[in-house]
Amino acid sequence: MAFENLTGRLQMALRRITGKAKLTEVDIEEMMREVRLSLLEADVNFKVVKDFTSEVKELAMGEKILKGLDPGQQVVKIVNDELVKLMGNEAVLVDFRQNGPTVIMMVGLQGAGKTTTAGKLGAYLRKNHQLKPMLIAADIYRPAAIDQLMTVGQKLDIPVFQMGIDVNPRQIVEKGLKHAKEQGYDLIIIDTAGRLHINETLMDELVDIKKISKADEILLTVDAMTGQDAVNVATAFHEALDVTGCILTKLDGDTRGGAALSIRKVTGVPIKFAGTGEKLTEIEVFHPERMASRILGMGDVLSLIEKATEEIDEDEAMSMMEKMMSGKFNFNDLLKQMKMIKRMGAFSGILKMLPGMGALANSGKVDDKQIVYIQAIIQSMTEEERKNPELLERSSSRRNRIARGSGRSTTEVNRLISMLEKQQAMMKKAANFSPEAMEKMAGGAMPSMQNPTAVSKGKGKGKGGFRLK
Amino acid sequence: MGIFQKLFGSKEKRLKAEKYKIGMEKTRRGSLSSLKDVLKQSKKIDEALYDKLEEIFIMADIGVDTVVGFVSELRKEVKKQEISSPIALENIIVDKMFELYLKGEIVNTNIRYNEGGLTVLLFVGVNGTGKTTSIGKLAHKLRKEGKSVMMAAGDTFRAGAINQLKIWGERVGCEVVAKSEGADPSAVIFDAIKHAKEAKVDVLLCDTAGRLQNKVNLMKELDKIKRTIEREIGSSHYETYLVVDATTGQNGLSQAKIFQEVTKLSGIVLTKLDGTAKGGIVLAIRNELGIPISFVGLGEKIDDIDYFDIEDYIYGLFADFFE
Repeated sequence: MAFENLTGRLQMALRRITGKAKLTEVDIEEMMREVRLSLLEADVNFKVVKDFTSEVKELAMGEKILKGLDPGQQVVKIVNDELVKLMGNEAVLVDFRQNGPTVIMMVGLQGAGKTTTAGKLGAYLRKNHQLKPMLIAADIYRPAAIDQLMTVGQKLDIPVFQMGIDVNPRQIVEKGLKHAKEQGYDLIIIDTAGRLHINETLMDELVDIKKISKADEILLTVDAMTGQDAVNVATAFHEALDVTGCILTKLDGDTRGGAALSIRKVTGVPIKFAGTGEKLTEIEVFHPERMASRILGMGDVLSLIEKATEEIDEDEAMSMMEKMMSGKFNFNDLLKQMKMIKRMGAFSGILKMLPGMGALANSGKVDDKQIVYIQAIIQSMTEEERKNPELLERSSSRRNRIARGSGRSTTEVNRLISMLEKQQAMMKKAANFSPEAMEKMAGGAMPSMQNPTAVSKGKGKGKGGFRLK
Repeated sequence: MGIFQKLFGSKEKRLKAEKYKIGMEKTRRGSLSSLKDVLKQSKKIDEALYDKLEEIFIMADIGVDTVVGFVSELRKEVKKQEISSPIALENIIVDKMFELYLKGEIVNTNIRYNEGGLTVLLFVGVNGTGKTTSIGKLAHKLRKEGKSVMMAAGDTFRAGAINQLKIWGERVGCEVVAKSEGADPSAVIFDAIKHAKEAKVDVLLCDTAGRLQNKVNLMKELDKIKRTIEREIGSSHYETYLVVDATTGQNGLSQAKIFQEVTKLSGIVLTKLDGTAKGGIVLAIRNELGIPISFVGLGEKIDDIDYFDIEDYIYGLFADFFE
């Protein structure tokens, strides 16, 4: 997902102040400069960045740091907490109306992904909240916009109400709502035309549609790649319509998605959903707190668990997670995991959720074929080797044999071995790494966050990693 | 009189640049403090002023690295010219902005037409930047310039994309070669090239599906499209344009970089400049990757596309110097 590069920058910035006994003001200044730059590179709005860094700086230099804690730990915690705060504390779900249909209005700029998301959202709410959705095609301006919604509706088996392009959108919505009530649909999603927030005529049209439909939710669809202008756009839509939530689309790209932070901070509008792929099932509830831990390079173990339980037998997934967390993770488990991952979806998407692997997934080196190669390598191991990964570490002849057997290079075999090793270590640490745990860890050893790229190098344990000692 | 005033002294020139201004002025009026105000209100050239300038450029999405480099160039120039009045920075800023874009080269973004034969234009980019709309508008423009045009519906993925292009075909009055949804885009474009050659059309504009640059398989699909065109047309009469939405932030750089690796880019089409976003990322793209801007989209109407003009663009960024 997003934020990998921000993770890298923050890790770099934080590395400088780790390994020191005391945190000086100069250290904090230097770190904040890096944090500021990395957030700006992530497209977080300039003013938001300013506020954020000054808040963090104040907190870091305040009395809290003096409780005898490791300063590095303290700062990581502060940055994490503040990022969570910045993005809003809890994911807020759609408000469903108890009597009568719930009406959702999709609004946003051109090309943000309203039409696709309208369909995705309908299918998601049908599946998770047992609603009976209907879509209304109110985009009469963009050529073939209605066609697009009809096709999406057809693929998802969701009916689409449309009246062509010669009818005023206000009228379409009015008729559509009437039709939906008659037919007993309890979720109505209105797909409106993309428009510029400065186009008064079209903004007025939205205000009217809002009145006519008495929309329960007005969801602003925002492209995750949006730059500094995100704040202007969100503010303008919010002022005109009292937007109830945001949907962040195209989060499966390599964008850092700073727009999400800015919008939340400046307008107070919560991000409710995230679009994470081109498939019509690829939408999920937005979890601000998980995004924050991803920023800090802790991966998104929670998202992984949730995804796994949704797609896979729960017991199987849980025992796998336990194994991963315990650090007793061998090649048999890895193979099983690969098979699960195959069922869950694209490999690179999953890999990004694992702690420290984000950069690897984004480096472009991992395409989904890798999964096949990894399987081939594991299947060329003896049963004993799969159970005891140490055997391979000790013997190069074993590794060479496996390389020959699988048709892959020795380097790849080595890389896989070191990947398993790193994963064991990181999972174990990720399991301990929660805000509550951090409090307790004051005196004890802190988890070290590996430099993500070290994974592919497969040499020098913890080299270039950043240790909070 | 500054460079800027000199440049836009002619009424004709200013009238042309107005188009850029209309779109871009809205932010300047908004929360963003204008460059002119900042220079006027500053008493001397100091760190606070440089910080303020950095802020303005970053807010235009020009990007951290490019802005940091740009501001350090400004500092050098201020030192060299021994300037002390903030308002005198105006000329240096405009001057350096040109330098940043031009890089001492003559930027030629003209389409390399194949005189007497077929020229192919391929449009690529991430989802939702306005590829199909830009093709429609550009086809209309080229047609008005006397070229015969044809379109290829290479976006066989997005629902409704083929029909969207067909509607543009009707508006422009040109033929659209299309297959069904889900067809191999390379095959669509191969057929379109064949058909365009037979029909002796001057320019074929090819649409492609929006793809995020980190999707390996989709980028491979694009590579195949590129190879198909190269095989049929050769590399000298074939241009590839990356369509970039003006609201795009720093991800624009990653887009340009990765698309450039797969299919060499002739230039950028900067769309939706009629909003409040300034599209400053294209300056970073030019600065860091050397890719120029070829066209700008300035609205939803069929005529709202133009050849990019760096002078007009900079005028749009700083037009308040005239007010």
